[in-house]
Amino acid sequence: MIKKIVLFCIACMYAQLTFAQIDSTLLNNVIADTGKQTLNMDAVYNRPFLGIGKLPVSLGGYAEVNWQHIGTDGVSEGHQFQMRRMTLFVASTISKKIKFLSEIELEEGGKEISVEFASIDVEFHPLLNLRGGIVMNPIGSFNQNHDGPRWEFTDRPISATQMLAATWSNAGFGLFGKTYKNNWMFGYEAYLTGGFNDDIIDNEMNKTFLPAAKVSAERFEEGNALLTTKIATRHSKFGELGLSYMGGNYNTYKNDGIVLDEKRQLHVFAMDYNTTLPKINTTITGEWAWINIDVPSSFTQQYGNKQRGGFLDIVQPIFKRKILGWDKAVVNLSCRLEYVDWNVGTFNETGDNIGDNLWSVMPAISFRPTAQTVFRFNYRYQLQKDVLDNDPSKTGGFSFGISSYF
Amino acid sequence: MPNLTIQYMFKQLKPTYIIVSILISSIVFLVACSELEPAAPADEDILDGPLEGLTNAQSAQFLAGDIAFNDEIFTKDKGLGPVFVATSCGSCHAGDGKGTPFTTLTRFGQVDHTGNKFLHLGGPQLQNRSIPGFNPETIPTGATFSKFTPPANTGLGFIELVPDSAILALSDPNDMNGDGISGVPNWNTVPSYVDILENAISQNGKYICRLGKKASTFNLLQQTVNAYNQDIGITSTFNPIDVYSGHSIDPEVSDKTVRDVVAYLQMLKAPIQRETENVEIENGKNLFIQIKCAACHVPQLQTDFSIISALSYKTFYPYTDLLLHDMGSDLDDGYTEGSAKTYEWRTPPLWGLGLSPGSQGGKYFLMHDGRAKSIEEAIEMHGGEAAQSKNNFQQLSATDKEKLIQFLKSL
Repeated sequence: MIKKIVLFCIACMYAQLTFAQIDSTLLNNVIADTGKQTLNMDAVYNRPFLGIGKLPVSLGGYAEVNWQHIGTDGVSEGHQFQMRRMTLFVASTISKKIKFLSEIELEEGGKEISVEFASIDVEFHPLLNLRGGIVMNPIGSFNQNHDGPRWEFTDRPISATQMLAATWSNAGFGLFGKTYKNNWMFGYEAYLTGGFNDDIIDNEMNKTFLPAAKVSAERFEEGNALLTTKIATRHSKFGELGLSYMGGNYNTYKNDGIVLDEKRQLHVFAMDYNTTLPKINTTITGEWAWINIDVPSSFTQQYGNKQRGGFLDIVQPIFKRKILGWDKAVVNLSCRLEYVDWNVGTFNETGDNIGDNLWSVMPAISFRPTAQTVFRFNYRYQLQKDVLDNDPSKTGGFSFGISSYF
Repeated sequence: MPNLTIQYMFKQLKPTYIIVSILISSIVFLVACSELEPAAPADEDILDGPLEGLTNAQSAQFLAGDIAFNDEIFTKDKGLGPVFVATSCGSCHAGDGKGTPFTTLTRFGQVDHTGNKFLHLGGPQLQNRSIPGFNPETIPTGATFSKFTPPANTGLGFIELVPDSAILALSDPNDMNGDGISGVPNWNTVPSYVDILENAISQNGKYICRLGKKASTFNLLQQTVNAYNQDIGITSTFNPIDVYSGHSIDPEVSDKTVRDVVAYLQMLKAPIQRETENVEIENGKNLFIQIKCAACHVPQLQTDFSIISALSYKTFYPYTDLLLHDMGSDLDDGYTEGSAKTYEWRTPPLWGLGLSPGSQGGKYFLMHDGRAKSIEEAIEMHGGEAAQSKNNFQQLSATDKEKLIQFLKSL
């Protein structure tokens, strides 16, 4: 199925090139409306697309390429060159109130190919839309708003990718809607989708690890149901605040009608906030999440039943002017602070604190020749403790990357 | 205002200068960037790392074993359990150091040299954890038990190579020299998959063993196979018996992986003593010898021949005699292995002692079950043959006690 979708996309791209050779004026850049106030939930549509003549199909995507030189306690892999991902978007307006949008991601040179998003959206009313397909579970903000060119850092937030399972999507249905009044905007989303599995407490990371469930493609066909809800509000001056919840059973408690275990649940709560300070244009983006999981008491405490973590990004534009022919190029100074604790609690045997946590600070400088493209240069300093709470390993190093919509 | 200044400066620079500057800076940066990464800790401050002088082939096997030992996590699909103690080798030996009560093993069911009477009920080791849907083991009624904190791994290759004759030479079962110390080796049965060395000494079909709290394990292959089986619930061709069902099942770890892990343990470096030039520490060592600690914690041993030249005929400093000693009634848990009495314990090597908190969450968990929370507390718990040394320690001045402790922490 995935191969077919990829082939379709490649065919579309090829068709696009073919058309371009015939008449380039047929191509229309549909630039995202950055002036309009949006919520994180709009991120999926708020992307630059390339229209082809009068065809009702738009294409787009982004790519991320990195160099990094990072070491831990004196051990480094040296210079590493990475094509982190290439993501293709295909959107179609089927009718005035029915749209289709898909996002296909190729990571690590095509080693991993995944359909991250592929949904049919039907609008009955701005406050009542039906979405069906493969949807991004709206937990926190990063999972919804994760496109590389939007961020000033070469790496995605650790709490989002290594704790919350971003980018986390599942097959399912749901409702969403949005309304405005004066300076206020309000949105909601509620989805019932496929969900997690036993791998989250039985994996080669040796920790409770929600992203382990991403490995299994079976979640698109069968498995436990997962409820994800989010409400978000934005004030034009104060910014956007989102509150989200995701939860359900995660384990294989029954197979072929035979009971194997009791039902075990996980619950995830997240809070996200973003704003741009007036006059100085400082952008602040943050997300914090709490996870509670019913891990069997007879299992090892290596796998925690509580997790928490988040990140805070501060981005300060330092100047905006014409540079090397780009009219409105921007240079930003930024910093990301991150914390993740994969195992909150104390050991039954000693009452001592369980470690398995991480701190990271990542100062950055980025150059945006246009709003759709970013060159970023980061330094990461990270302290990571093992489960026994021993002295942390120290990681540090530089990375440089380019990310751009196309 | 600063922004305006930067913008002005930027305007004055010609693009050519900017580009040349960027190119030069990039080249300098690419060459020098590793200098800004966290430095490696000093060799003497960590327990893990290979022996010096390995061949490239030996280093490659060391690396393969390192990965299997520290990075391979067992899951249900890879054979974990269904009852187990830990999910990987590294879980019990962080940084190749000592473990903590979190991963302490519980052994039960044997009270004397006649063997374990509870093997049919899950002995000798308790698997106190289980994968979802299964129940962990419990200690059977009537079985005595003891808890064993995982030891450090470093230097095990040296200990494995001490010739039996050297161990026997240190033993003094009848205390012929009258010093109150009467160490004995643990004579135990060796499984058939273990290759017995030519110079091994046997007695009634049993051999001198040296590894473990009771010195009941013959060599690192036996130790590794047991750990896979009893700690993680992983079968191998060496021991195909599933700890849960008691039946033989397909091997869940390859022979190669087991051999790589054994090679890794053999080729781990020995702990390096720190501050050897410090006079206070030298004085502490003299006190250690003076109060007879060194009668059991023998500072120096030699290895026999090894095909790994970095281990062959080497003098090393483990502070152990690899013998069993009566440690008194307070340390008698009523459980034993091999020919050891329940009150007898193998002299634990003291090398690496000062680095123990680095793998024990910043604390000390000493003695066989981690009951001592400091070195001084551990000394105070010595009884039996070690009672006189403990008394001698108690007679030391506070300053001398501190010197002795500092010496032990330098190991």
